[in-house]
Amino acid sequence: MSDVAVRFCGIELAHPIVNASGTFDAIAARRAFGDELLCRFPFSAFVSKTVTVAPRQGNPPPRLWELPAGLMNSIGLPNKGLEGYLEHDLPELARLPVPLIVNVMGFTHAEVAQLVRAFSDRPEVSALELNVSCPNVETGTLIGSDPAEVTALLDVVRPLTDKPMIVKLTPNATDVPAVARAAQDAGADAVSLINTLRGMALAPGTGRPWLGGGTGGVSGPAVRAIALAQTHAVCCEVGIPVVAMGGVQTGRDAAELLAVGATLVAVGTESFRDPLAGARIACELDALTIPALH
Amino acid sequence: MTSTAQRTSTAGDRVLAPFGVRAVPIVAHERHGAYHVLRCADQLGPRPQAGQFYMLAAVARWGGGASQRPFVPRAFSVLRAPAGSTELHFMLDDVGPGTKRLCELHPGDELSILGPLGIGFAPPRDGRTPLLVGGGVGIAPLAIWQDQLGGDGRTGGATPTLYDVDSGERRQTTALLGFRDGEHARGAALLTGAEIATDDGSAGHHGLVTELLAAWLRDDRQVEVYACGPPAMLEAVRALCAATDTPAQLALESGMACGYGACFGCVVQTNDGYLRLCVDGPVLDAARLQSALVPGATQ
Repeated sequence: MSDVAVRFCGIELAHPIVNASGTFDAIAARRAFGDELLCRFPFSAFVSKTVTVAPRQGNPPPRLWELPAGLMNSIGLPNKGLEGYLEHDLPELARLPVPLIVNVMGFTHAEVAQLVRAFSDRPEVSALELNVSCPNVETGTLIGSDPAEVTALLDVVRPLTDKPMIVKLTPNATDVPAVARAAQDAGADAVSLINTLRGMALAPGTGRPWLGGGTGGVSGPAVRAIALAQTHAVCCEVGIPVVAMGGVQTGRDAAELLAVGATLVAVGTESFRDPLAGARIACELDALTIPALH
Repeated sequence: MTSTAQRTSTAGDRVLAPFGVRAVPIVAHERHGAYHVLRCADQLGPRPQAGQFYMLAAVARWGGGASQRPFVPRAFSVLRAPAGSTELHFMLDDVGPGTKRLCELHPGDELSILGPLGIGFAPPRDGRTPLLVGGGVGIAPLAIWQDQLGGDGRTGGATPTLYDVDSGERRQTTALLGFRDGEHARGAALLTGAEIATDDGSAGHHGLVTELLAAWLRDDRQVEVYACGPPAMLEAVRALCAATDTPAQLALESGMACGYGACFGCVVQTNDGYLRLCVDGPVLDAARLQSALVPGATQ
């Protein structure tokens, strides 16, 4: 292991840079880049896009709006559903050269329980991430913005698996550290943050929303300072590992999130600008000395 | 110029892109009427298929324009990839913050590229004659397709001279091209043998390129249509071809952030549900679409 190797929830990772869920499709990327993707995989673990029980088409287009120093999206969690994921995606993702973390989301406790059970015995899966924070789907904000809701959900699904369970927090909450504390107290092994911040754009000259979903999630360097502040606050509140993300573009950006207490840093929107951004950021991070503020 | 350093890696339906963006020098910036053509030297990349695209950004000062944009790279079909050369040509219309910055680039400046990406044009079916139909800056992928079909010496090594082989002779493919005015119509010189329509009648037929297409299809239905242009034009082409049972391949455009399937932003509605244009297109068989009107195609 090199100096930047890290242990996260019992998983050995070559460096602290992973992808944010839903910002890198390794299967599609292999179609575009071939086996070079596997030889130069940019992340130390792969976090797959949110899986739901039923297949989802996602939101109607337009789905993107470029912002000053960022991007707003309204994608709507398109996926093949649990059955399709197990049959088509999981075998392909199991061939990646890094550990696989599966992100799941359910609209009821029973759905989340079904998803957690489905992956709990799969050796291809190293950890689960619970999406309680997507701002594009009605129920996401409900659970992730309320500590009691998070406790109630984890009381149901935590006993169902021994796999590490990461709770992905929403920034669209009044008291994010309180939600993180609730997740920790209910048995979460780690928390991840931030998801996108809710935003809106109007179609030029119409006064109507541009995005097919009405509102969208803001990401990119525009949200970096918010991510740093929320990561700092959460790291002060909980003792479990924190996966931090939000506008990371350079090794220095990653180092700042690690400096306030994060264990891993996820890269999202920057991968849209360069699919190898994660590898570049890991290299830049390796060359930096990280001051310990925490 | 040499092509010895170039690799061509294909996977079934596409030429694969090297993984990661690469910086390439601009070697020429030409003007063709209202349009700009950027020529860059891509020493490391493979030769693209006609209809494939690249994500482009300026290496310097990408961002800082109007409203601090652009932020993400912009997708462009390749206009031309001359055989025996490392050059890639891209055609631009200065319409927004991304194209504005790219249009500022000159020889010696660096261009950031990712590609070739997506699936390009397929050969015509059943011995049909290719008929190219373009509108505005959408004529770009038709130029490289004309090169590859025509066997005029500019074809890249990766793609056979399809039309040449089928017909046993060198024949000119027909191109019907539409522009808003005479200044834009000067872009038609990038193709050979083009029949032109302009909205204002300042060059060629006074009217729509789809009127030229309708007239053509009245006389000759043994064609396969290859079209690229504004959504309304593509939709008219799709409807005309559907009404006359003429096969058509449409190169579509949609707002796109990544170009390789990561952002899920560029979906279009097809008979099989939403497809990502960047990995399942940008060229789609017209029969797969109920409409070619892509919402938000021109942000």
